Order: sequence, then C-alpha cells, then structure tokens
Amino acid sequence: MNFDLTMPAQLTSALGPDLLLMGGAMLLLLFAGWRPESDEHQRTVGILSMALCIFTMVAVGYYAYAGYTASVGVIAVDNFRWATDEILLIATLGTIAMSLDYNVREGITPGETHVLLLLATSGMMILAAARDLIIVFLGIELMSIAVYVLVGVNRRTERSAEGAIKYFLLGAFSTAFLLYGIALVYGATGATNFVEIRANIVRFSLEHNGLLLVGIALILVGFGFKIAAAPFHMWAPDAYEGAPTPITAYMAAAVKGAAFAALFRLWLEAFPTLLYIWHEAVWWLAAITMVVGNLVALAQRNIKRLLAYSSIAHAGYILVAIVVGTSLGSAAFMFYLFAYTIATLGAFAVVVALGRPGEDNMNIEDYAGLWSVRPGLAVAMAVFMLALLGFPIFGGIGFFAKWYVLQAALQAPFPQTRLAVLLVITSVVSAGYYLYVVMVMFMKPRTSAVVPARPSGWTRAVVWASAAIILIFGLFPDAIVALTQRSEPSVNTQPASPARGHVAMQSH
Amino acid sequence: MLAESLALTAALFIIGVIGVLVHRNAIIIFMCVELMLTAVNLTFVAFSRFYGTAGQVFVVFVMTVSAAEAAVGLAIIIAIFRHRQTINLQDINLLKG
Repeated sequence: MNFDLTMPAQLTSALGPDLLLMGGAMLLLLFAGWRPESDEHQRTVGILSMALCIFTMVAVGYYAYAGYTASVGVIAVDNFRWATDEILLIATLGTIAMSLDYNVREGITPGETHVLLLLATSGMMILAAARDLIIVFLGIELMSIAVYVLVGVNRRTERSAEGAIKYFLLGAFSTAFLLYGIALVYGATGATNFVEIRANIVRFSLEHNGLLLVGIALILVGFGFKIAAAPFHMWAPDAYEGAPTPITAYMAAAVKGAAFAALFRLWLEAFPTLLYIWHEAVWWLAAITMVVGNLVALAQRNIKRLLAYSSIAHAGYILVAIVVGTSLGSAAFMFYLFAYTIATLGAFAVVVALGRPGEDNMNIEDYAGLWSVRPGLAVAMAVFMLALLGFPIFGGIGFFAKWYVLQAALQAPFPQTRLAVLLVITSVVSAGYYLYVVMVMFMKPRTSAVVPARPSGWTRAVVWASAAIILIFGLFPDAIVALTQRSEPSVNTQPASPARGHVAMQSH
Repeated sequence: MLAESLALTAALFIIGVIGVLVHRNAIIIFMCVELMLTAVNLTFVAFSRFYGTAGQVFVVFVMTVSAAEAAVGLAIIIAIFRHRQTINLQDINLLKG
C-alpha cells in the first residue's frame, strides 16, 4: 500500500507504530499515577511498559513485512525507519528490564520512570521517520527532554543531579545551534522538507550559498553534541557517570542511535549535492572522534566512564559509515548500530548486576578475580568487551560490524583508505582498555572478601540474551546482513557502488 | 530589511553564545540559551516574509518546546540547589576524570 501523506487519515496510519507507543505510554502514565508510589507498583508499570514495547515491535515488524511505501511528505515510510525502530525498541526493552530491580535497589520508586523511557523512545521513532526539519526538531526535543529528566531521576544522590544539569545545559545549548542551522537552511532554500531542500539547491544552484553552508555547519555542530562526537563530547562522560546505570545504557545505545539515523537520512536525502562540503567535515569529525575516544578511554578507571569513552569511540566508527554514504554504507551503518546496541546493553547489564546500593562497586579494580566468584558474569562481560573490540569468533557480531564498515569504506565510489587505516589502528588501541577489563576479571586475585549477590532474574535475562545474540549471530551473520542490506533510506541519490553486486560480506 | 534583521538575529545569537561560555551561574546560562532561541525565532519570522507561513509555524513549535524545556531545566536546577545550596557550576564538580 502507498500512503498519501497529504491526507490526514493516511498520515495517521503511516505513523501507526509511533502512535501506538505514544498512546500506550499516555495510558500507562495514568496507571502509574493511579496508586501511591511503591516498589511493587513500579514493577507492574515496568512489566506493562515492556509488554507495550513488544506490541510496538510487532506493529513495526508488520509494517515492514507489509512493505508499505509513501508519497514524499513529512515522514518517510521505508525499511531504514523500521530497522532503526526495531533496534531502538530492543534497547528500550533491555533498559526497562535492567531498571526493574535496579530501581528497587537504589530506592527510585516512581513508576513513571519507565513511562518516560517510552516517551523518549517515541521521540526517537519520530526522529527515525523524520523527513522534514520541523519533525527532526520535534523528535530530538521529545527524546532529549525525557532523557534530561531520566538522568536526574535519582533524587537521593548528588551525582545524578550533577549529571542532569550538565547534560541539560549542554543539550539545550546544542539544540539552539541545531535550530539556528535549520533556520539558515530554511532561509537559503525556502523549504523544510528534505526532498524540497534538495530540489531547490539544484534549481537555484545554491552550492556556494554562504547562508546554506553556515546552516549546514551549525546543524552538524548540533548533531555532533547529540551523538557525542569529539570535540563536542565533553558532557558525555559526566552525564553517563552521573545517570542511573540503566539510563546510561539507554543513552549510550538508543539516544545515540536515533540521532545517527536522523543525521544519516538528513545528509543523504537533503544534501547529497553538497557532498564535497560536508564530506570533509564529517571525515574530520570521524577521525578526531576515533582518536580522542580511544586514547582518553585508556586512562579511565571507573567502568561507567570507560564505557562512556568507548561509546564516543564507537560514534567515530559509525561516522565512518556515514562518510561512505552509499547503500553499502547504509547496510554497514545498520549492522553496526545493531551490534553496538546489543554489546553496550549487555555490558551495562553486567555493571548493574555487580553494582551495590549507592552506585558503589564501579571501579574496574572492583572486578578483580570475578572469575573465581561469579564465573558466568565474568564470561559474559568478556564476550561484551570482545564484541566492542571487534574480536573474531569470541566477539561474535562485533567483529562483523567492524568488518562491514571497513568493507564499505574501501568499496565506496571514493574509497576511504585513510579512514579505514585509522579505524584499524584505533581499534588496536582500544584493545588496551577492553582487554584490561578482561585481564582484571580473569587474572587478578580477588581483593575483597565480599561475594557479589546473585543478580536478579531480569538483569540476568538481559545479560544472557545479549551474549546469546552476539555469539549466535556471530556464527551466522547472514540473517542480519540480509535484513540490513534492504534497509537503506528510500530516497537514495548516492551513486550506487559498482562493487555492490558481489557483496563481499559473505566472505567470512 | 532582510539584511538588517539577519544582522540583528546573528548579533543576538552571538551574545547568547558568549553568555553561555562566560557565565558560571546555571540560571544565567539557561537565560542565554533562551536568548539564542529568541534569535532563532526572529530569523524564522524574517525569512517567512519571503517564503510564506512555514517559518511562522516553526516559531510556534520552538516556543512550545522551549517552554517544556524550561520546566524541566528549572526543576533540575532546583534539584542541584537542594543538594549543594549553590547553582554555580564551578562548585558542582563531583564528576570528573
């Protein structure tokens, strides 16, 4: 079926899964406020939220399966949107599962925490669908405002409030840059719709219009803050460390993924004719982010800060896929996002499982000799670290994620050999901190006499599900590869790579 | 007229940016961000004289969203004030490394 987005009724059906999640979240908000705060009520709301997430995943799957398309309008109806939605919903599901028991442990009783996660996710789903700058802005704000609250949701600790205020001030600052960029692009082209922007740039030959170029630069700065790319990453380690651990996982996986999806679509659909301008800028952004993220991560001794810098480094790797652009780049982008989301969720689930009340037990040294007391968690954490590192076999899909990005970089119409080399070198550097965690867990003697308590069922489920997905799809990546290859944005004006036919992705 | 309006909005925006970078009081930083958003709104209005209503619609969205942002932001500032009795960012430095 082809939706005509100028008809309100058809626009509503094209937004079906998003509206399902939003409407359900509103009802859950009522339900959450219905009874006084208590741990049991918080749990019930959380479990209902997970059920709503699963319903939405089914709806998204149905829309993708039915192969709906749409006329050009404010939102896109294509596989790129559905694939991003599924990844975001998996991240949300994992986050809620982790926070069920974490919230009890840390004394966060309001059930609304889970509903806020759903509202943030609906903003992200809108962001993944956006094909108009107004919708991009609304999606980003819907997501960000909910996440500002979530970072500061633990009102007992000062760290949570401090992380929230730093995240909020820099987030609002970056939004202003993004908006000014949007205003200038609107001023130069007279349109806010991606497709019209592209058409007007060609029609009025605006390739060297100063207003437009400044606008694009400001939009890139705004997105640079949201995806925490160096040099716009200063807020990330503090916000990640201060936030409750499940929320940190959510920020590292979902918030970043949604902003990346919007950036990817904006670049490819609105500004493909200005490739030569933003290409160079994104190239440098990717290079600096990979180097800074990996080098600073080496010096970290707190596991949450280490994972924060690791997520900055991964933003650099994903930016490489955006530099490549083509449909090959889009497949690599989606596969990387999937692998990174699962590995990050798993790693933070282990951190949640080993944490003690008051966000204690967060130093890497506290994990010394974990192998002798909780071998299962130690093995799972090793899998996640190796997946983030991109180690073959034991790192599962993490290896293929990096492999496909490299492949896309080398097979692009303009091969990105220097970026590919930099990616490999910085990955080798990243072994310095990923393998350090593994070494501490397996080779250092246990220093404290405290045996970590057996983690709760939900947290264990997230740990084992993530590890299983990484290892199983690491052996059979073809299923995911086939899905990601069909997930390019529907308006793709990049020259298709000549090498696309013999997709060397099967050469594992 | 357009050139003058754009110069005004650019000046407002830059004043806002400088304010954010120079000040250390959370409320003043937040006010400077609001100044930047005002500059953006003026830019949209100036351009929508040429392109029709889309710019003005955007202004309504920006105002609504920045009101929501202000509500959350002030709540966060109050939360930090309850812990530290200060909203000076130089004194808020537990997280580092």
